Formats: sequence, structure tokens, C-alpha cells
Amino acid sequence: MTMVDTPAPTPAPTPPVLPVTRQGRRLSLPDNGYRTMLAVAAVIVGALAVWLVVAIVIQAHPAFVTLGYSWILQKTWDPSHGKYGLLPFILGTLESTAIAVVLAVPIGLGTALALAYLVPHRIRSVLSTAVELLAAVPSVVYGLWGLVVLAPLFRTTVEPFLTAVFGWTGLFDGPNEGVGLLLAGVILFVMILPTMVAISRDVLAVVPKEQVEGAMALGATRWQVLHKVVVPGARTGILGAFTLATGRALGETVAVAMVIGNSPYIAHSLKSPAATLPSLIVNNFGESSGTELAALFGAGLVLLVIGISVNSLARWLVWSTSGGNSQAGAR
Amino acid sequence: MTIVEAPVELPVDATTERRRAIQAAASSSLRRRKLSSGIAIGVCWAFLGIAIIPLVAVLIYVTAKGLPAWNVDFFTQSTTPEGIPGGGVWNAIVGTVEITLIAVAVTVPLGLLCGLFLAESNGRIAATLRFTADVMTGVPSITVGIFGYIAIVKNFGGYSGLAGAFAIGFIMLPVITRAGETAIRGVPQSLNEAALALGARRATIARRVVVPTALPGIITGVLLAVARGLGETAPLLLTIFGNQYLQWNPTKPMEALPILIYNNSSQPYADLVQVAWGAALLLMVVVLVLSIGSRLFAARLQKERR
Repeated sequence: MTMVDTPAPTPAPTPPVLPVTRQGRRLSLPDNGYRTMLAVAAVIVGALAVWLVVAIVIQAHPAFVTLGYSWILQKTWDPSHGKYGLLPFILGTLESTAIAVVLAVPIGLGTALALAYLVPHRIRSVLSTAVELLAAVPSVVYGLWGLVVLAPLFRTTVEPFLTAVFGWTGLFDGPNEGVGLLLAGVILFVMILPTMVAISRDVLAVVPKEQVEGAMALGATRWQVLHKVVVPGARTGILGAFTLATGRALGETVAVAMVIGNSPYIAHSLKSPAATLPSLIVNNFGESSGTELAALFGAGLVLLVIGISVNSLARWLVWSTSGGNSQAGAR
Repeated sequence: MTIVEAPVELPVDATTERRRAIQAAASSSLRRRKLSSGIAIGVCWAFLGIAIIPLVAVLIYVTAKGLPAWNVDFFTQSTTPEGIPGGGVWNAIVGTVEITLIAVAVTVPLGLLCGLFLAESNGRIAATLRFTADVMTGVPSITVGIFGYIAIVKNFGGYSGLAGAFAIGFIMLPVITRAGETAIRGVPQSLNEAALALGARRATIARRVVVPTALPGIITGVLLAVARGLGETAPLLLTIFGNQYLQWNPTKPMEALPILIYNNSSQPYADLVQVAWGAALLLMVVVLVLSIGSRLFAARLQKERR
């Protein structure tokens, strides 16, 4: 875009009237050293990514040799009896993420709309910057806050209230413990909210002004403009933002490990303590060896596969909104 | 919608009647639309409020709990076991700073060169690499920690600050690469062409023209990457292990602020939890200062250029 393309595919016939850049490139043969240096850096970065995948696959391999392939979906995690089922943790990961996303989709979208179109200009930049800054607060801080502030609040107030109101659904069976699936989901929600708001606000704000003004000229109310013009216009970008935030929630480790209760059983209600793949790894890593360690690497591999799938999906969605421009997905 | 119901048996005033009916229908529709608009907009405002409450609550609570933990000892002494008063987080500060500096020293040149490569190339290889860098940002941090453990800890003599720097660097690298590429692509082509017309080599142009011009964007990207790297806990737990004593040697197990917060917060002792809050506040302040600083710095550089 800015400069010439890669040196390799040079078109054979070079007409005399060349753009300056082309001529420059042809004249600058001694630049090979520079080119090589760039290529080496690029190769290193690519190789690191490949190395990560290969290294984890190799280290997780013994678990697959000893346990076959079905162990990933088995229900029991009991290292002292040689059982390394990952199902409770896969479910815990998906469930806590689902809670976070269910909360974050409407609230994040509403906030992004308010920030992009409703809030007065002066406050807008302050609020937007504040939201972006909050995306940078370390996750361990959110975890600490959840453990110390939210957990008692959930035990004494939120969970009894939810049980009283929604107890009939069976989602809130069991004792009020504070820590558990619900709290983990809520903490994840707070953590992914800034990411989601920041990105979807950006895509909402770039919907062409002509479309917005056209709809207003036709007599649409403010909400009709937002609902029928702005949101559809930014649909794929919003989807990408939410998927990116989902990826972050899936991979979050310590904040979740601090508030989820870390129980290796499948949660039977939202109040049950549970565990996720990252919390399993971080809690057991220090004391494990042999097959258990390989199983933990396997858990990392499963998480990697989930994380990369979600992320690739998000990149593709954002990329296809912005019309396949090679610059897309830079955020 | 209700226009059809307009009375037809009044030929004298037909036009007026009809106009009135249309007006009634239109205004009732408008009233309905305005009402639903008002409600929906109100919900948006409410969601904005809901979103801000927890975020502000975190900021205020951490400040209120962390500030009392700050004193001279907090910044100059190493951590003490529970029950022993005094003690601070100096060992964790040393660890965090050293690990971050090592990670920055390696990833900034590497990431920038890779960003230059991406900005100057449009081929299939560049597209693949670009996609790889994007996907790298989505690798869960605990997985990066596992990678650091496998690649460095297992092969090079156990837990160490260097292994931590490796893992943190892996997390920062794609951020710096992509931010660098975006900033470099923003450099006007005319500058390039002018430099080429003067007979400058590509390496010279990159060093003297492109990188200096793209500097605001690059610095913002680097500082944001550092802010992200500072707060990472999971990869460090698997690579530097933690160390309650002061350790300057990066080939040995080290302490870091996020690890200290994580370990102390699960302790039943009030004084240790207090130290965790102090460390959380310190970490948050540093990250916020870096984020705000990078924005201001970039804005100022941009202004000077004009």
C-alpha cells in the first residue's frame, strides 16, 4: 500500500515510464541486506507461533497415548485413580463464558450505542477513554475485587434474591456460597465489557453519516435510526467485537480461578462451584507430573483450539465487514 | 393505517376531513414511535449506567483499600511472611520491571522489523504472517505460560525470570507487530518517494524517514503492549514461579506484582491481603499512567508535526 510489493514477483517487461518507487527499487540492489533482515524477523515471528503449537502437541501426546482420545470428554477428574476427564472443565469454561456473554451482549451494545450517538460530545471522549483504559486494568485486580467484594455480596444478597425469584427454574439450587459459576461469569462480564464497548463503538461510529441523515430526513425517530440503520450497518463488526471478547473470556485464567470455587465436578446449578480449563491448569500445575502433567498440557491444547477457532472467526468477521481490505482487523 | 376510516359522506368538507384524519393517524403513529424510541433510548442510557458502575466501583475500591498499604517500607522492603509486620513488595517490583524490560528489549526490535516487513509487502506470505500475528493475540495467556514452561523452563534449568520474559514477550510481540505495521502504513507515500528520488537506500529510508515519522503510533503500540504485559499473571505463574526474597538475577525464580496479588489474596491473613491491595493499586496506577501517557505523548508528537 505505502510502498512497493515484495521483490519476488517482478513483472518481466518493464516499460520506460515507471513509478518512482519502482525505479528506486531497481536501482537499489545493495538493499538485499535490509530485505533479508526484515524477512528473518518475519520468519522468527511465524516460527514462534508454529513452535507454540508443536511444543504443546508434543508434550500433550503422552496423555493421548496412555488414555486414548476419549479422555477429553470423560466426566471424572481424579488423578489419584488415573482419571483425567476434562468434560467438567470444558463445560465450566463454556458456561462461565456464556454467562458473561449473555450479560455483555445487550449491555455492551447499549453502552456502545450511547457512547457513539447519545452522549454529548464533551463527555463522550472522556467516557470513551475511560472505557478503553479500563480494558487495561490487570485481570488479577478484577479477580481480587470479585473475591473480596462481590463474593460476600453474592452470598448474602444477590444469590438469595435470585433463588427467591428464579428458584423455580432449578438454575439456583444448592447453598449460597458466593464463589461459583455465577460469580465467575459476572466477573468475566465486567472484564470483557470494556473490550466489547470500545470495539463496537468504533464500528458503530463509522456507519456513513449520509445513511443516518437520510433516515432522519424520512422522519425516523432516534431509536429507529439506531435500530434500523446504524446497528445493521455495523452488524458484522459488532459480531466480531463480541466474538473477540468471547475469546478473551474463554482464556481468562486467574480472575476466574479466584472466584469460581475450583471444584472438579460438573456444576448442577449456577451457584455451584466449578472450574475452567485455565483454572484447572493453574491450580494443578505445580504439583503434577507424568500423565497428569501431560493431561494438563492436553487441557492447554483444547483451550488453544477453542481460543484460535473463536479468534479466527472474529478476525474473519471483522475482515469481511471492512470489505476485504488488507488493513482490516488491525484492531 | 387508519386513513381508510376517514368519513366519505361529506363532500363539502371532504378535503379538510381527510387532512384531519391523516394528521390524526400520523400524530398517533408519531406518538407511538416517539414513545418506543424514548423507552429504547432510556434503556441504552441505563445500560451505560450499568456498565459504568462496576468499572468505577473497581477503581474506587482498589484505591481505597490499596492506598493505606502504601508507605516507605512497601516500596523498599521485600515481602515478609504472615504475622511479621512491615515488609513490602520491592522484590516484586524488581521482578516485574526486570522481566518487562527484557521482554521489551527483545520484542520491540523484532516486532518493528516484522511490522516493516508487513507494511512493505502485500504478497501471500505477508497475508499469512499477518493472520498469524492476529491469531497470536488470541492465544489464551495460560497457553502461552505452558509454552514458556515447555520451551524454557524444561530445557534451560528451571523456573526463571527469563522464562517469564519469554512468555510476556510472546504476548507483546503480535501487538507491537500489528501496531507497528499500522503506524508505518500511515506514513505518506510522498515522503518515501522523495527519499527514493534522492537516491536513499531502503534501509536508510526506513531508519531516517519511515520509522521517525511513524514514531507516535509505534510508541503508543509499544506502551499498550507493555501495559498488557505488566498485568499478565497466568503465564508468569508457570514460568517465574514466584520468590519471596529479592532476586536480581533473571536466570533464577523471581517475584512479580501480579503473582504476589494472586498468592496473597488467597491467604487468610489480613496483612497479606492488605499488601495484595497495595500491589493491585500500584499495578493499576502504572498501567493507567502508561495508557494515558502514551495517548498524550502520541497526541503531542502529532501536533508538533503539523
